[in-house]
Amino acid sequence: MEITREQVQHVARLARLELSDEELERMREQLSAILEAVGKVAELDLVDVEPTAHPLDLVNVLADDVPRPSLPREEALANAPDPEDGFFGVPAV
Amino acid sequence: MTVDTLRLTAEAAAGLLDRGEVSAAELHDAYLAAIGERDGELHAYLRTLDEPNGEGVPIAFKDVVSTRGVETTAGSKILAGFEPVFDATVATRCYEHGLSLLGKTNMDEFAMGSSTENSAYGASHNPWDPSRVPGGSSGGSAAAVAGGLAPWALGSDTGGSIKQPAALCGIVGLRPTYGTVSRSGIVAFASSLDQVGPLTKTVRDCALLYRIIAGRDPCDSTTVELPAPVELPEGTDLEGLRVGVPRQLNEAEGIEPGVKAAVDAAIQLCEQLGASVGECELPLSVEYGMPCYYLIAPAEASSNLARYDGVRYGYRAPVEGGLTELYERTRHDGFGDEPKRRIMLGTYALSAGYYDAFYGQAQKVRTIIGQEFRAVLQDFDVLVSPTSPTVAFPLGARTANPLAMYLSDLLAIPPNMAGLPGLSIPCGLAEGLPVGLQLIGPQFSENLLFRVGHALEQAIGFDSVPERLR
Repeated sequence: MEITREQVQHVARLARLELSDEELERMREQLSAILEAVGKVAELDLVDVEPTAHPLDLVNVLADDVPRPSLPREEALANAPDPEDGFFGVPAV
Repeated sequence: MTVDTLRLTAEAAAGLLDRGEVSAAELHDAYLAAIGERDGELHAYLRTLDEPNGEGVPIAFKDVVSTRGVETTAGSKILAGFEPVFDATVATRCYEHGLSLLGKTNMDEFAMGSSTENSAYGASHNPWDPSRVPGGSSGGSAAAVAGGLAPWALGSDTGGSIKQPAALCGIVGLRPTYGTVSRSGIVAFASSLDQVGPLTKTVRDCALLYRIIAGRDPCDSTTVELPAPVELPEGTDLEGLRVGVPRQLNEAEGIEPGVKAAVDAAIQLCEQLGASVGECELPLSVEYGMPCYYLIAPAEASSNLARYDGVRYGYRAPVEGGLTELYERTRHDGFGDEPKRRIMLGTYALSAGYYDAFYGQAQKVRTIIGQEFRAVLQDFDVLVSPTSPTVAFPLGARTANPLAMYLSDLLAIPPNMAGLPGLSIPCGLAEGLPVGLQLIGPQFSENLLFRVGHALEQAIGFDSVPERLR
């Protein structure tokens, strides 16, 4: 299944992933080959089959509604690359 | 006393500690000495701890397990320097049982790979033959245990990442039933498949460690209580056991003759130990298991890995521009090739126009796989097959071709899609390298897998110390 450079670019944008021209072409070739292999699932007629999202038969697992302390701010920020005044710093949007 | 770390099981180490024949500090030092001697060659560890943090048996954690204040990278540059502010539940449970952390082991980046060659920190090597891979993604943990650098270790398994390296390194590995071990604090890859489990020298050690880590965790809503306590296996016969040999898992293209021979011998041994053995069929699970996995796991990964954006933790690329550029450059610089491929594949499979044909269809295939296994497990108590189609392959042999690497897990993936537990035990050698036997049972059948694995282990008498290190 051949995919185009434009499709790869579109998906990279959705994934917020920068790719150089060279990486884009390599990704196009590899994704085409992998999609060819995984596209095999289309061979099966599964119209009436229910999808499985999760292997256990669990429904609506609820936690007790008990307040507990959250992560202290300084710990939440401990690994931040650019903390600022107790916040996560980012470039202007 | 002198501790032979190559032979010491965790159970025996606990005995030495209990009897006061060795202290936790002495044990820790013995392993650090072994690491100093052999890890230059094996590169099983990303980092070690100078001092024990408990009074019990030492343990190594795959670097996917969050350890408070101890760098946790999941084998990725994007998490370089990341020091978790809390422990994963499995780490806490180990510490509560007195286990002492030796260090964090190498792995394929974000557990994506079958050889540890995708680690951003360099590949690990197989203790049986350092020119070969230890398997992956828990290859560092497997190499550490097989190479006498840890009595036991934790790994994680999404599509075979415990079973396959255990097989390639000649040790025991359990991928538990989905939902029995907490994922809280585990760096996420594909959440409907990820499970933490033990890599050990013996099946009894495997049961001991599983007993420590298993059980419901309020911090992971996908966990459940075990239906029965974990039992340490004792018996040596398999009277009354019905062993199924799924044809497609045992005759798949690419299974090496030496692997087939060792597994066939183990199957004959099952009969000698009193089991009845019969052939069975999994017509769709093997043929469609891989394609199904390589849609579902990347789809979930593309969502899970969205968190690495250079804002809250981990690597941030130096950029002049705005926020979008920051995200895109950070992810470009921080992720290696394999996570990028899977993020792209998963994003594609989930994107508008392709969702139904790829991700939606794969979820339906998953239903079919579950049904097939359930039907076969009506007639048989356990299923057997090779864990990996091949023995450990040379470093570099599959790095150029992602699809060839993906085939390493051809036989390990199908039961994982159904949420079933799988135990890999060494069953012999082919060309001087270990062969793993995969034992598959129904959900929550770990006690049965331990019993069968233990009986076979006793009968096989495999020496888990690599020949070149004896």
